[in-house]
Amino acid sequence: MTTEITPVIPVPERAARVFTALAAVATAGTALTAWTWTADFPGDLTFYGSPAGLQWLTLTGGLITAVLTLARYGIPGLRWTSPAGGNNGILLAALGTAAVSWFAIIAIAVDLGGLANLEPGGWLAGLTSLLAVTGALGLPLDRRTADSLGKPNYWWLLAGVVGYAVHHLITRTLRLAKIERKLPPARELPSWAEVLLIIAAFAVGLFAITFGIDTEYGELFTGYLILAGFTVAALAKTGLLQRLRALTVKHRPVATGAAFSAAAAFPFTQTSDQYTSVAANILIFATVALGLNIVVGLAGLLDLGYVAFLGVGAYAAALVSGSPASPIHVAFPFWAAALTGAAAAMVFGVLIGAPTLRLRGDYLAIVTLGFGEIFRITMNNLNGTTGPNVTNGSNGIPRIPDLQILGFDLGKKHLVGGIELGRFSNYYLLMLIITAVVVLVFARVGNSRIGRAWVAIREDETAAEAMGINGFRLKLLAFALGACLAGLAGTVQAHVSYTVTPDQYTFAEALPPNSAFLLAAVILGGMGTISGPLVGATLLFLIPKKLEFLSNYQLLAFGIALIILMRIRPEGLIANRRNQLEFHEPVIPAQSAPEDAVPLTKAGA
Amino acid sequence: MTTTTAPAPTGTTLLDVRGVTMRFGGLTAVNNVDLTVSEGEIIGLIGPNGAGKTTFFNCLTGLYVPTEGTVSYKGNLLPPKPHRVTQAGIARTFQNIRLFANMTVLENVLVGRHSRTKEGLFSAILRGPGYRRAESESHDRAMELLEFTGLAAKADHLARNLPYGEQRKLEIARALASDPGLLLLDEPTAGMNPQETRAAEELVFAIRDRGIAILVIEHDMRFIFNLCDRTAVLVQGQKIVEGDRETVQNDERVITAYLGAPLEGTGAAASTEADQ
Repeated sequence: MTTEITPVIPVPERAARVFTALAAVATAGTALTAWTWTADFPGDLTFYGSPAGLQWLTLTGGLITAVLTLARYGIPGLRWTSPAGGNNGILLAALGTAAVSWFAIIAIAVDLGGLANLEPGGWLAGLTSLLAVTGALGLPLDRRTADSLGKPNYWWLLAGVVGYAVHHLITRTLRLAKIERKLPPARELPSWAEVLLIIAAFAVGLFAITFGIDTEYGELFTGYLILAGFTVAALAKTGLLQRLRALTVKHRPVATGAAFSAAAAFPFTQTSDQYTSVAANILIFATVALGLNIVVGLAGLLDLGYVAFLGVGAYAAALVSGSPASPIHVAFPFWAAALTGAAAAMVFGVLIGAPTLRLRGDYLAIVTLGFGEIFRITMNNLNGTTGPNVTNGSNGIPRIPDLQILGFDLGKKHLVGGIELGRFSNYYLLMLIITAVVVLVFARVGNSRIGRAWVAIREDETAAEAMGINGFRLKLLAFALGACLAGLAGTVQAHVSYTVTPDQYTFAEALPPNSAFLLAAVILGGMGTISGPLVGATLLFLIPKKLEFLSNYQLLAFGIALIILMRIRPEGLIANRRNQLEFHEPVIPAQSAPEDAVPLTKAGA
Repeated sequence: MTTTTAPAPTGTTLLDVRGVTMRFGGLTAVNNVDLTVSEGEIIGLIGPNGAGKTTFFNCLTGLYVPTEGTVSYKGNLLPPKPHRVTQAGIARTFQNIRLFANMTVLENVLVGRHSRTKEGLFSAILRGPGYRRAESESHDRAMELLEFTGLAAKADHLARNLPYGEQRKLEIARALASDPGLLLLDEPTAGMNPQETRAAEELVFAIRDRGIAILVIEHDMRFIFNLCDRTAVLVQGQKIVEGDRETVQNDERVITAYLGAPLEGTGAAASTEADQ
């Protein structure tokens, strides 16, 4: 692929730059006008001089575009935002702003019934944001050369004329390409300053995520996702994210500490329990996804019934919680309940793993899928009529009492530093500790003799065995450890959700956690990484939660989104170094002979 | 197998293969093969394509369970489990390179240390002093092996990104990491140019100098006859001859096996074969 640095619209660079900057500032300015005349649109965009709802997003996007444009002038104090250089980041930011503004315009027109409901301010926002995009197209961009394009791809006609037109526009007219730019060496800063930078970055991250979780209506959340996606892509292009990553690698303990402090600070930003309950459930989902990442991402065992282990943990905790519906009338303290849940899940993992782990690949996936369903059906049948009464069948185990830890009642409100923390905040903080434990286990085991053996088994089980690795035993260990961590999360989940029923643990459903979403969180976020499943789980939990208006089309939209993502970023949102190289680096011919020349299976197996 | 003019083994016997037969349904891939390897020996295994050489290797390393016969190492019967064979002290490479392609060069060799280290799950989580010591020892040993094979400069590269010849070397380094007494090389010079082949020869001698016996499958006859103390010829699953260079080169059956019976063939063909 040959590349060039040329504008899409041939105009003088200086003119394009001035134009883009002015248009971006103007776009930000339109957020101060009224976009619609009635307060019926959620967020109330009728005020002059005070942005609200979606207008905040346009304001942010416009300002980011303006800052990135000005940074390319070399203005001191702004240059740090664009260390790598190149103008593609500006275009992405401008596109994001335009997308958000036009999304707002269309949402207003659809919600209120007609474009007549737009005030001039709304039109102005749409116009200026498009002007900013036009200006950015006049900047010299990293593109493929016209003669390096292959034949046009008519398959896109299957997606309709519009689909083909969009495809044509992107690949033929824009021809954006990726040019690797070496980051100039970072300015030497005293380490306290670098630590402050990391803390500031995580504070911004906390703010951005809190904004996303706190969005009150689907339109705002959609706009937030659009802007966040484009902004992250833009900052990745300008090299700012790379800089930050280098900093966090340099000060890893500080970065980890800052990440957890930011997460722990979340309940203190909330005034009610409405969103801390969402956050607590996100953490449960994310922790289980991280556990699954050991099984799938490290050991390469495709487990489609993983949610059963969460269920085992939750049921075990519910049975020993002292719930009046539990046939065992005991109330364990939390530490004992957590151990019980984790141990029960681990035993279940070994029981399922021992017979199934002799299978490879697709067969294992099918068998685990079956076991996941067997768990749910068994829990349904242990109801006193079709089996012994252990789980109350489909009614589940209700009225699970709140946890008491060291005399601290997690069900009650507490004042901490003048801020009231409600029930879900308490559970959120407890869950955060468990997440930290799982992160620690993942990080340490992943980079050890055991973790290397897992990766070796994933890469080539026959060769791994020939290196002295007992494949079956190590796969069983991965299965058991993954199950144990999921069970640990399950013990908290039982208390957070008051009730444990079999139908919480299905293979696929519109709402997480279920096995399909867990796997999707791991793959979408990035296999084999720590932050990947956490990010993936957060997105996959928030999107269905916030976009309930999609209702019946949720799974369809989810499927389409997954296909698009796998097409453009097969290694997941956050790639580990290995996968990044695996998917995007030209392979030097190595494995010349076909794989099947040496038989893969044992004789007689 | 009839004429066995092998010199009496000097050191103690490492590998003792007796009557190994491998049948796949009606096909007998390896038929009643005996072989011994003594300490410090380099033994060659040659034969036309499909003669059963790799199948024989797989029987030795536990990938296949031989239909009949026994394999013992240092007097102990080997269990037909690849990881236990490696644990016992036999390491191997593969005919088609089977590296852990998406692990780094160093990690590949560290995986080879697996059978000689013991640190389990809990010591990995707790990271006590014992764990750190074992990890750093493994690391040093792996780096030493990478120095030995000349790959130290590329320790942090992904294995898949190495050029072909270096991938072969890495496979050997990975096998050596398990501190084997016997190394099985399956066509170590396949696809190499003459210079690389010569370098491979030197590497094999250097490995022998570390006190490791070697059993090598190869098609490059010059390579085999330069290296090996003894060479066994496998044809259609049977060992037809075993012995030193002259014995093998002058054996009628070997020539027949490679070139066919000299009915309409000319002598010229036979003489080029003898050299190649």
